[in-house]
Amino acid sequence: MIVVEDIHVTFGRGTPLEKHALRGVDLTIPEGEFVTVIGSNGAGKSTFLGSLAGDVLAEQGRISIDGTDVTRWDTPRRAGLVARVFQDPMAGSCATLTIEENMALAAARGRRRGLAPALGGDRRKGFRDCIAALGLGLENRLHDRMGLLSGGQRQAVSLLMATLAGSKILLLDEHTAALDPATADFVLDLTRRIVRDNRLTTLMVTHSMRQALDYGDRTLMLHEGRVVLDVAGEERTGLDVPHLLALFARQRGGAEISDDSLLIG
Amino acid sequence: MTEIALFGAIEIGLVYALVAIGVYLSFRILDFPDLTVDGSFPLGAAVCAVLLIAGVNPWLASLAAALAGAAAGLVTATLNVRFKILHLLASILTMIALFSVNLRVMGRPNVALLMQDTVLTPFYGLGIPDHIVRPLVVGIIVAAVVLLLARFLGSEFGLAMRATGVNARMARAQGVDTDAHVYAGIALSNALAGLAGALFAQTNGFADVTTGIGTIVVGLAAVIVGETVLPARALALALVGCVAGSILYRLAVQLALSADAIGLQASDLNLVTAVLVAVALILPRLKAKASRSTKAAR
Repeated sequence: MIVVEDIHVTFGRGTPLEKHALRGVDLTIPEGEFVTVIGSNGAGKSTFLGSLAGDVLAEQGRISIDGTDVTRWDTPRRAGLVARVFQDPMAGSCATLTIEENMALAAARGRRRGLAPALGGDRRKGFRDCIAALGLGLENRLHDRMGLLSGGQRQAVSLLMATLAGSKILLLDEHTAALDPATADFVLDLTRRIVRDNRLTTLMVTHSMRQALDYGDRTLMLHEGRVVLDVAGEERTGLDVPHLLALFARQRGGAEISDDSLLIG
Repeated sequence: MTEIALFGAIEIGLVYALVAIGVYLSFRILDFPDLTVDGSFPLGAAVCAVLLIAGVNPWLASLAAALAGAAAGLVTATLNVRFKILHLLASILTMIALFSVNLRVMGRPNVALLMQDTVLTPFYGLGIPDHIVRPLVVGIIVAAVVLLLARFLGSEFGLAMRATGVNARMARAQGVDTDAHVYAGIALSNALAGLAGALFAQTNGFADVTTGIGTIVVGLAAVIVGETVLPARALALALVGCVAGSILYRLAVQLALSADAIGLQASDLNLVTAVLVAVALILPRLKAKASRSTKAAR
């Protein structure tokens, strides 16, 4: 369960480039809900996700996760509660470490790291079983460096890594945007499966309205740092991309959609 | 090359192998170009020499030298992490400050160790020639360091340190306190340099403030030579590569200096070192370029 109360974030305060990226976001996301987040460039989607992960600290407002106030916690401290997959497949893992080393890193998320061997005991076997379930044949490549994997494979492993330490919340920041369509579909299906099996409270930022409606239980639209649309349940089931576009256009003061990337997919 | 010169080169190579491993930690594992070793190496030598003269147990004196090195590393790490000074500049600041500190520690520019017991003393009476005892004892210490460090880097803490150097953003997202790992890594790196300084003082019988000059280049040369002759992915092997690189580098320098035909003399050491490092850095690029152009030609 995530509770966000009136958070504000400003970048470059007091400079000519000052940007009020979040202007009072209020939100309650119940445990296990899968929320998709859309919005045009600069709407504050990534800032919003960053503020949940701890990369960006809100200057005003309050964020709590599972009843714990985490507003002032930095990223490493929140990592025990929050797992993430980034847009850039390179960003979510260590290219020069092996697959099993990356998994060991993720498995220790939110725990104190001591001097015990990272890959000791039966951990290797556990990782092998885990990664075999992806069906990508990676179980025989645990000693390979992460950098040798394709973008799709890396995102799939990143998703798997997100589940290793039992976090409550999964943040996906356009994690399929850098992939080709077929691979993106595979990763999205995997996402759906992993979210369901682990009952993760999930926020998925996407550029595709289609994806936003097809996946998850609830859709948010951000515009200029505010939540301008929040649909779930039957209202959402009845929505189609053209409706969403119309709603979106209305929010932008009737202007035509100029951001092509929103229409794709 | 005479036998004594050969073992001498191996001995000094083993002493600087500890510097090489330290440099590998900072430059390669943490991606933190740290020049502090130019100061922490003579600091270790100075601390060890002064303590030996005061009658302290040589092993304790060596440990103190390592701790002094670690403290120097912490200063650099603090300047960088806490006060956001560029890593290279932070380490240069510490390095030049240490020159004065080292003079203070010794009270004069150099200290001779003539009659003092060293970690080598117990081994001199075993019937093995002195010029072999020294590399042997230093070699055992280096082997112990390699084993301990390989284990450390394979631990959860060590793995997090490696992740900090490769992808700090990912490491933080995995709950790694990257700042803490930079502190620990740079301290460890300079502790090894300090220990190397202590061994240098004990094997050579003196400590001198000027011995630190160019330490970083020698360490880097060893790392690069090691990576060239032993291009290993496995960490333990990479550490062995640092040791091998350090010895090979010393042998190469010894060869260059002792080959009368080339006409080099001892004072050309720094020039030879710089050329060697430059060549070792340029070669892989040329190789990559050559393989690219052959590919393009196909």
